[in-house]
Amino acid sequence: MTTDSLPVRAEHGPGAVQESPGRARRRPMMRMRAGRQHHAGPLAYVLLALAALTSLFPLYWTMVAASTDNTRVTQTPPPLLPGPNLFENLARAWDEAAMGKAMINSLIVAGCIALATVLFATLAGFAFAKLRFKARNVLLMLVIGTMMVPPQLSVVPLFMMMSDLGWGQKLPAVIFPTLVSAVGVFFMRQYLTEALPDELVEAGRVDGAHSLRIFWSIVLPIARPAMSVLFMITFVHAWNDFFWPFIALDMSNPTVPVALTQLSAGYIRDQSLIMAGALLGTLPLLAMFVVFGRQIVGGIMQGAVKG
Amino acid sequence: MAASTPVAPAGGPAGKPPAPGAHDAGAPPRRRALLHRLDVRGAPYAFVAPFFVVFAAFSFYPLVYTSWISLHRVELATMNVMEWVAFDNYVALWEDERFWNAVGNTITLGVISTVPQLLMALGLAHLLNYRMRGSTFFRVAALTPYATSVGAAALVFTMLFERDFGMINWMLGLFGFDNVDFENNKWAAQIAISTIVIWRWTGYNALLYLAAMQAVPRERYEAAAIDGASRWQQFLTVTVPGIRSTIVFTIVLSTIGATQLFGEPLIFGQGPNGITGGADNQYQTLGLLLYEEGWKNYQMGRAATVAWVMFLLLVLVLVVQRLIRRAASRRSGPTRSIAS
Repeated sequence: MTTDSLPVRAEHGPGAVQESPGRARRRPMMRMRAGRQHHAGPLAYVLLALAALTSLFPLYWTMVAASTDNTRVTQTPPPLLPGPNLFENLARAWDEAAMGKAMINSLIVAGCIALATVLFATLAGFAFAKLRFKARNVLLMLVIGTMMVPPQLSVVPLFMMMSDLGWGQKLPAVIFPTLVSAVGVFFMRQYLTEALPDELVEAGRVDGAHSLRIFWSIVLPIARPAMSVLFMITFVHAWNDFFWPFIALDMSNPTVPVALTQLSAGYIRDQSLIMAGALLGTLPLLAMFVVFGRQIVGGIMQGAVKG
Repeated sequence: MAASTPVAPAGGPAGKPPAPGAHDAGAPPRRRALLHRLDVRGAPYAFVAPFFVVFAAFSFYPLVYTSWISLHRVELATMNVMEWVAFDNYVALWEDERFWNAVGNTITLGVISTVPQLLMALGLAHLLNYRMRGSTFFRVAALTPYATSVGAAALVFTMLFERDFGMINWMLGLFGFDNVDFENNKWAAQIAISTIVIWRWTGYNALLYLAAMQAVPRERYEAAAIDGASRWQQFLTVTVPGIRSTIVFTIVLSTIGATQLFGEPLIFGQGPNGITGGADNQYQTLGLLLYEEGWKNYQMGRAATVAWVMFLLLVLVLVVQRLIRRAASRRSGPTRSIAS
């Protein structure tokens, strides 16, 4: 159910299931029938509906507030239905709050980061899943270990480094430090361990193809579905990343989350303008969720630690 | 490539016959064998290299360098001038009330945002694990807050928690409560901020739990049912132990996230007050203090000190968690090996 967006799993040949280090024990066939034991009762539906309402209401209310004017938003009781000013407010947020520039910047930043992350994660994931080399397990543990180092702790030297490189307040300053992702490497490794048959790699070797060629013509086509999911997840993260962009960029050249702080910092607080900005900054990701939500959910579950 | 170096003399008919479709069919066999070996040996390292190069350059090196900077006096305007002050920054921080206040706030905010979040995620995952209609909708809906940036989420919740016209106070009013000043009351502010964190991350964690729950073999439930275990007992004795390593994983990740809390309190504080975490620093976290020292007071050395202390605090918390886990698992008898 959750994995049906991904391609049919390749059959494992003898020896294809490799001993994986750490917590990555996989039981691929088990998952199909294990777990779901009971049908949901009415109470479960009620609770789930409440959870969905809690998840979606703040977003709905953003839209309501963005579509009225400031006086109506600040009334008691607050309005619950959309008003007539949505497009006017969106246009004002686009111009006055520099959301237009911020969105283009965010598109560039998130796009570059997602592309690079997917490429590097697929390369490394392939090596960790299917190639034999001495330091493999040690290096994989190292990759997982890097997840424990929060990037926020490096901001002071990073800030100095970027100004030395002449990237102060420029987009490369926020793109380069985030070009790779440990979660991404782990995710691609998990996927390729299952989806890429050893025989295909062996066959490529017998045909005399070198590793890069095997990667290009055998691994990439098989990895494509997982790559697109990883692209979307990374895009979401990069679009929403806040701490470092807030430090590295300024209001003349912001990404969306950075521009949103400016909206709230004004002396005259125009609530519907603020909400219009928030809505504008969230819309691209919401659109992505509406279209590809199922795939993203499947991807997050696919990359989860099992067992 | 082949032309630039002398050809190996012993190559010849004795070597392996060239494989069909070999990319460098022109080279003599031994040389090709050498290239092949080089490729098989070297390519894996080349493939994992980009990850490690970028990590070393933009994460590991800065992390180490942070400790060096923390031993200096460095000002934002003249970052190349580093004056050695040994441990002065640490001493100053130790004697600074704001530091202890920030440590306290980071811990309380961390606890009240992480504990309910993971418990609710566990419950939500259990519900999502039922066989039902519309499961895809419920899953996507649960994940939607994750697609909302800190900025947008914090702005919306700031408005929902507004003192005079906020929806939360309006609803409290319906039940006869007075309006709560969520901005200036310390605990109300911290609850509001942790609500933002909980809202954004519960669904994501629930999906991680759900994935793990689906990997728990059905036979274990059947065995428990035969033993007469109720559903609740099955949840406690089969589901929770079955997804144990995922629970540990999410605890570690949420702890890391909690020690880094920054965007939510900053935006909740609405700009100017955000950096100080409210008028009385009532919700200033270590992340905010780091920013205040570095980019408001222009003391990069002090900021690096805060960062390094944050790292030590994180390590300390993770070690304590690990010890608690170990003690707990020893008491509950032999269990399967736990990752991390």
